[in-house]
Amino acid sequence: MIDTHNRTFRAGAVITGIMLLIILVGLVWTPYDPNAMNGAAKMAPPSLAHLLGTDNFGRDIFSRVVQGAGATFLIAAVSVAAGLVIGVVLGGLTGWYGGWVDELLMRLNDTLTAFPSILLALVLIALFGSGKYNIIFALGLLFVPTFARIVRMEVAKQKELDYVRSARLMGVGSMRILFVHILPNIVPVLLSTIAISFNNAVLAEASMSYLGVGVQPPDPSLGRMLNEAQSYLLSAPWYALSSGVAIVLLVLGFGLLSEGLGGETDA
Amino acid sequence: MGTIAKKTGTLLLTLLLVSAMAFLAFQIIPGDPVTKILGTDYTPERAATLRHELGLEGDLSARYLRWLAGFITGDFGISYSYMKPVRQVMQGKLAVTAALSVLSWLLVLLFSIPLGIALARYHKGVFARAAATVNQVFMAVPPFFIGILFTYLFGLLLKWFVPGKFVPFSESFWGCIGYLFFPALAIAIPKAAKTARLLVSSIMGEMQKDYVRTAYSRGNSRWMVIRTHVLRNALLPVVTYLAMSLADIVAGSIIVEQVFVVPGIGRLLVASIASRDFPVALTIVVLIAALVVFMNYVADLVTQYIDPRVRLS
Repeated sequence: MIDTHNRTFRAGAVITGIMLLIILVGLVWTPYDPNAMNGAAKMAPPSLAHLLGTDNFGRDIFSRVVQGAGATFLIAAVSVAAGLVIGVVLGGLTGWYGGWVDELLMRLNDTLTAFPSILLALVLIALFGSGKYNIIFALGLLFVPTFARIVRMEVAKQKELDYVRSARLMGVGSMRILFVHILPNIVPVLLSTIAISFNNAVLAEASMSYLGVGVQPPDPSLGRMLNEAQSYLLSAPWYALSSGVAIVLLVLGFGLLSEGLGGETDA
Repeated sequence: MGTIAKKTGTLLLTLLLVSAMAFLAFQIIPGDPVTKILGTDYTPERAATLRHELGLEGDLSARYLRWLAGFITGDFGISYSYMKPVRQVMQGKLAVTAALSVLSWLLVLLFSIPLGIALARYHKGVFARAAATVNQVFMAVPPFFIGILFTYLFGLLLKWFVPGKFVPFSESFWGCIGYLFFPALAIAIPKAAKTARLLVSSIMGEMQKDYVRTAYSRGNSRWMVIRTHVLRNALLPVVTYLAMSLADIVAGSIIVEQVFVVPGIGRLLVASIASRDFPVALTIVVLIAALVVFMNYVADLVTQYIDPRVRLS
């Protein structure tokens, strides 16, 4: 089963937990209104009044980072969830039934892996346009093959095992065996894939938004903040540093979780 | 030799599939580029000429075959934004990205192998443990954030380079390499951290094997065992990973070129997607994907060459 007592997993859980807590609190309360401009306090360095300083419009960076992290997290969560659901159903069905559909989907899968994920995301953005919802759509689509491949492999392995055979002999329906009997057994493998996908989703969203083809103003995002912050590097380095570190913490937390769950460190 | 022929066959087939998929993707975009380019100058005659020039005549399969034949011979079509051959638009940019990627790849190689070996050799020491933790953090830092930090630290504060002022290759060789050094390092750091991590776990995995116990029983020290017995086995997956990561690095340079304003194909790709200049975007996407497929093929062959077990089976 899952070994959740190792140090890597715990470190990941702590970092992710703290980030989640800040994000959740940020949904109902931030020290300042993230969009409130304050002409009197432009580019203020970090202080007690503004923990991470203010930006070129006098907006409180801490509040903005919290809001941006929330937005980035939400985008990652929805896209991973979408990829997971579609991937599990597709992978489960093809792994169970096999046949030419299975062959075809796997070939398609192999071909898709030839495109680095940032490249695929860029192509999808070129096709559907930028913006919050298109990013979610593009990333969700990106994760389908990952989950489908893993579920398919596991189902193909499990379907030869005795418990599946006996369930069959007892007359249990295919769908019930697949999603009630087999699925719980592949959850451990799925968990580490979910964590690494989260990691990739945060990175991809931040990269796309940084490039200016992701989340568009006025929607918040850590990547977009980093892009804005680059113009004010000399006068307000804390702006870039805060949004960048928030990205690192999200990525690091999920990376450690995935590794602690016995998954790959790179995908 | 039979396996090489078979692998080469698969390579060609995959390349074909990849190109078809990318071509198809850019075809389903709604809108007619001819009407868009001509705008108010639209006349049926002009439209027909332009359609011919852009290679937009005929049905999908005919267009694909014509595009593929052109692509193989180095004719990538005509850019919608510049109304020039894509080849001319890309002139010089490909070399910049190639230089950046190779430099970055060499840096990965330079850092990761010694670091991985050292971390595995002293794995119980306080210093190695601290270094392993730092390594874990480096794995999580996106290259574009490192790039921004470098711009601030080395560009704005220390003034070792002027951010945004790229030195062309033709102007000064060392000046160009010097400017590319920081973006290359930004891409290399997380990649090197991941490679080192892979090498450590590969060495640790090998250390569990029987032959290691035998080597120990003959009185070898831990370092001797690692150096003479374990390393050559442990490096196998790392070599494969390094071969495949060259393509990852090229993909990573798409973003980092933006940070440092490096005039490579990454910046061109982002610009072409923003301006919906699809012939340019398609060309770059297919070139990068083809590189990925090709490097996977090379990695496969290299593994086969250096590992007799794979070679014989």
